[in-house]
Amino acid sequence: MTTETTPAAVEVHDVHKWYGTHRVLDGVNLTVRPGEVTVILGPSGSGKSTLLRVVNHLEKPEIGHVSINGEPIGVRRHGGRLRELSERTILTQRSRIGFVFQNFNLFPHLTVLDNVAAAPVATRKLTRAAAQELARELLGRVGLADKAGAYPRQLSGGQQQRVAIARALALRPGVILFDEPTSALDPELVGEVLAVIKDLATSGTTLVIVTHEIGFAREVADRVVFIDEGKIVEQGPPSEVLDTPQHERTRDFLSKVL
Amino acid sequence: MSEPPGAVTLAEAPALDTPPEKLAAQRVQPLRRPGRWIATAVVLVLVAQFVHGLVSNPFYQWDRFGYWFLRPVILDGLLITLEVAAYSAVLGLAGGILLALARLSRSPVLRAVSWTYVWALRSIPLIVVLLFLYNFSALYQTLSLGVPFGPAFFTFDESRLATDMAIAVVGLSLNEAAYAAEVVRGGILSVDQGQHEAAAALGLPRGYQFWKIVFPQALRSITPNYVNQLIGLIKSTSLVFYVSLLDLFGTAQTMGATYPGDIVPLLLVVTVWYLILTSVVSVVQFYVERYYARGATRSLPPTPLQQLRRSLSEFRQRLRKEAAV
Repeated sequence: MTTETTPAAVEVHDVHKWYGTHRVLDGVNLTVRPGEVTVILGPSGSGKSTLLRVVNHLEKPEIGHVSINGEPIGVRRHGGRLRELSERTILTQRSRIGFVFQNFNLFPHLTVLDNVAAAPVATRKLTRAAAQELARELLGRVGLADKAGAYPRQLSGGQQQRVAIARALALRPGVILFDEPTSALDPELVGEVLAVIKDLATSGTTLVIVTHEIGFAREVADRVVFIDEGKIVEQGPPSEVLDTPQHERTRDFLSKVL
Repeated sequence: MSEPPGAVTLAEAPALDTPPEKLAAQRVQPLRRPGRWIATAVVLVLVAQFVHGLVSNPFYQWDRFGYWFLRPVILDGLLITLEVAAYSAVLGLAGGILLALARLSRSPVLRAVSWTYVWALRSIPLIVVLLFLYNFSALYQTLSLGVPFGPAFFTFDESRLATDMAIAVVGLSLNEAAYAAEVVRGGILSVDQGQHEAAAALGLPRGYQFWKIVFPQALRSITPNYVNQLIGLIKSTSLVFYVSLLDLFGTAQTMGATYPGDIVPLLLVVTVWYLILTSVVSVVQFYVERYYARGATRSLPPTPLQQLRRSLSEFRQRLRKEAAV
C-alpha cells in the first residue's frame, strides 16, 4: 500500500475558530500519518489546546473541518457543502478518538476499574464482564493493576493520569489526543506518565500530544509542530524544529522554555 | 532603645521549670475552656425550665394527648398525610428532573417552556393552586383526548377522575416540581464542567452521560436541598384540608371542632407526629448523603453508631489509664 491510498490518521483542513472577535485558530492545516507521534508546542494562548479539542469536536470550528482516517468529524459532505451531524453520530465518532485531559477528569464516584470499563459497556462494544477483563488488562499495562478497587481521589495525580490513559485506551481508539497530560502533576510524578505515553508511542498508536516537555518531545516525537497566534509557524522532525528552528518566533519560544 | 512596658526580650525571659529537652517530649495539654462549662449550665437550666413548664402547666392536658396520640382517627389522618406526601414527592421530583433537563437543554423551546412553568408555579400560592383544581371540574366538565380544536377520541368525565386525593396529589406535585426543578438544576450545575467533557470525549450516549455520570454526582448537592424541600412538602400537605381531604392536620382540626376542650392537646399530637416524620427523613438523609459521598471524600464520615462505639472505647481506655496511675 502506498501513502496515496492510505488516508491520513488525522487531517485538519483549513480550520478557523474564533470566540467573538478573538481568533483562536486562523487557518490551520495539519496531516498526521497513521502510527505517527506528533507533538504540538506553542506559547500559552497560542491555540494548541483548542486545536486538539477541535480534532475530537469538543469545539466546533467556524470554518473548515477535521477528518479521522478519511472520515469527516462532526460534519458530512452534502452536495459540495458541509452539514452538521446529529449529536448521536458525533458521540459514536468520538468513541474512536481517545482524549486525555490535563486535569484527568476521572469520574470520582466510580472505582478505577469502572472508570476504565464504563465506556466499552455504555457504547455497547463489550459485555460488562469482557469490559472489566479488558480494564484489568489495561490497568496492568499502566502499572496500576492493584488499584482497580480504589476511587480516583485516593490516588496520586500521576496514578490518576495513568488511569485516564487506560480509560482512553479501553475504546481501542485509532488516535489518542493528549492535552498537556503532565501539566497538573508534581514534578516527581511527571516521569511515570511520560513513560506510559512513550510505551504507547513505540507500540505504533497514532498520538497527538500538546505538551511543554521539550525533552520528551525530542525523544518520542516523529514530528514537532510549533503554533503561535492560531497559526502553524513551522513543523518537521524534532532535530530540525527544536535544534535548528527557522523562524524567529520558534527560536524565541524555545529560548524561554529550554 | 525604649521598650514598651511588659515586653520581654529573649535574653531576660524567665527560666523554665523544666529543661527544654524534657519539654519537647511532653504532650501538649489542651486549652481549658471554662466558658463552655458555664454555657452548658445555662442551657441546662433553660431546658429544665422549658420541660418543667410543659409538664406542670395543666393547659397542655397531657392525659388528653395520650388519649389522642394513637387514636385510629388520627392514624388514618397520618396515613393520608404520608400518602399525599409520598406521591407528591416522587411525582414532584420526577417533574423537577424533567423541567431541569428542559431548562438546561439546547432547545430554546424547551428552555422557555420550563422557565415559564417554574415562574408561574412559584408565583401562585399553593393554596390557590389547590382551590383552582378543586373547582376545575366546574370549569371543565369533561376532558377529552383528540385533535386540537377537532374531533375527540376519548372523553373523560372530570368529576370521576378528580377525587380529593387526586386533586391534592396533582396540586402538590405541580407546585413541588417547580421548586424541585431549581434544586435539580442547581445540582447539575454544581458538577464540574470537566466531567461533562470527559463523558462527551468518551462518546458515552447522552442518557448514560446524564444518569450514570452527571446525575449521581449532582445528587450530592441535590440531596440536602431536596430534603429541605421534602420537609416543606410534608408540612404543606396540611393545606389539603382545604380541598376536603382529612389528613393529620385536617383530622385534628375536625376533632378540635367536635371536642373544643381538646384543641391544645390535639395540636400537640400533630406537632409530635410532624416532628417524628421530619426526624425519620433526616436519618434517611444522613445515609443517602453518606452513600453519595463515595469517591468525593477520601474516607466516609462515620455513622452515629460507629461514632458512639469509638467514643465509648476511647472513654474505656482513658478509664483504664487513670486506674493504672
